[in-house]
Amino acid sequence: MRKHPFPEVSVAAVLLLLAPGYALAQASEEITWGLRMENFAALILFVVFSGVVMTFIRLARGGRDLYIRRIAGLNAVEEAIGRATELGKKVLYVPGIMSIDEVQTLASLAVLKHVAKHTAQYGTPLEVPNKDPLTYAAARETVKEAYLEAGRPDLFNEEVVNYVTYDQFAYTAAVSGKMVREKPAANFLVGSFYAESLLLAEAGQSTGAIQIAGTAEVAQLPFFVTTCDYTLIGEELYAASAYLSREPVMLGSIKGQDIVKFILLCWIVLGILIFTFIGNTAMRDWLLPH
Amino acid sequence: MDFGTVAATWLGAFFTLCILSFLYKDNPFFRFAESVFAGVSMGYYIGNTFGQTFVPNLVHPLFTPPAGTPREWILVIPLLLGFLLYTRYIKKVAWVSRFSLAIYVGYYTGVNMMQKLQGEVLPQSADTILSFWRAGTFTNVGEWISLLVVVVGVLSVLVYFFFSAEHKGAIGGVSRLGIWFLMVSFGAAFGYTIMGRISILIGRVIFLINQWLGIGNGGVA
Repeated sequence: MRKHPFPEVSVAAVLLLLAPGYALAQASEEITWGLRMENFAALILFVVFSGVVMTFIRLARGGRDLYIRRIAGLNAVEEAIGRATELGKKVLYVPGIMSIDEVQTLASLAVLKHVAKHTAQYGTPLEVPNKDPLTYAAARETVKEAYLEAGRPDLFNEEVVNYVTYDQFAYTAAVSGKMVREKPAANFLVGSFYAESLLLAEAGQSTGAIQIAGTAEVAQLPFFVTTCDYTLIGEELYAASAYLSREPVMLGSIKGQDIVKFILLCWIVLGILIFTFIGNTAMRDWLLPH
Repeated sequence: MDFGTVAATWLGAFFTLCILSFLYKDNPFFRFAESVFAGVSMGYYIGNTFGQTFVPNLVHPLFTPPAGTPREWILVIPLLLGFLLYTRYIKKVAWVSRFSLAIYVGYYTGVNMMQKLQGEVLPQSADTILSFWRAGTFTNVGEWISLLVVVVGVLSVLVYFFFSAEHKGAIGGVSRLGIWFLMVSFGAAFGYTIMGRISILIGRVIFLINQWLGIGNGGVA
């Protein structure tokens, strides 16, 4: 028997068709099916979203060329490293202050790998100061691997990725001091940042370095937008890591997420129309825990 | 006033001024404060993690449980995973340390997935499903414009974050509108946060004036 090429699509499609039906049925009677129905929407959407994302990962792994548009800030990555190479100065990469349980940190590590590969190829000094111990361990592995893949493992030493301290502002003071004293030609501030974002970006800006930032922390984005040359806004950070790494898993995820966003967008528009013209709130209520 | 309070206030004032001196330029006082801050905080966090996390959550339940309480053998797993992290220092088995990191990342990815879905994606989507027509008549114009801003803002920003299509034509137009919405919200957030930062600066200046110099508060100087 021929195996269905994408069973996830079938499951997702069936569940997607079931969802509006459930929304309407819920208005008239309570359905339990032995499940905690208050989170039924989350369960269905989890399966649908996962199905869509897995399908695209499978497509990417199968060699399908998945298009992702070029993100403006990415053009500047090579430009910044090139400038540092010309000036004979270092590239400073700050991977945020959170641990690797934060998705932004993982995305940042993918960008770091790309940056480290280029610095290794050009023989440009790189420094990655860390606040979180686990991020430090992961960043070291990442950079080591990047240097190995670039064919320059000889350039990697333990000092490239170093640990500063766990305190947010002590870390900020140390990195700001480093920026001012050592004047790196390019600063990358990519990952999860909080109150230290403006302090770091301001210190880097005062040294005249090219600054490329990226974060999904909405409250910190204004600071990066105003003080950095290029900023990867929110989800652009995740797309950037996929774009740069060209890893099937990441590319498939981004593509799958686009489909999920499209489904949500359609759901919202349909919900607004039904709510406005019929006065039925089923599509809105279905999204919330009951 | 006891010696400890006086010393703490003087040290606080000294290090505050050292750090603020960075506003002029990098100098030995700032470097000294920076090194002390990094070193002390590192020591503090090591002690804190050991005393507040490692001992009560692992050592006590696994090795010295209170009388009548069974040992929590399950904790052997995180203990081993913790030890595995140190295999990185033995070249031949350094790759084993990746297991711990992989489990850590995998666990939190799963947890975050549902948290984000239930806590952010679904409520935000639900809150965008609004009615522009209530009880057969338009609500007041101000409210209607507010609803329009929310709906158009959310939808256009969503379009901006589509990565599968080039931002050209209609998609380009809507995404440009999305970036405008983003920039306006960034401007508002910038102003709001700056106000918060100024209040932190005011707090520090009040500390120097009141507690250190004793102006208006009988401080220690």
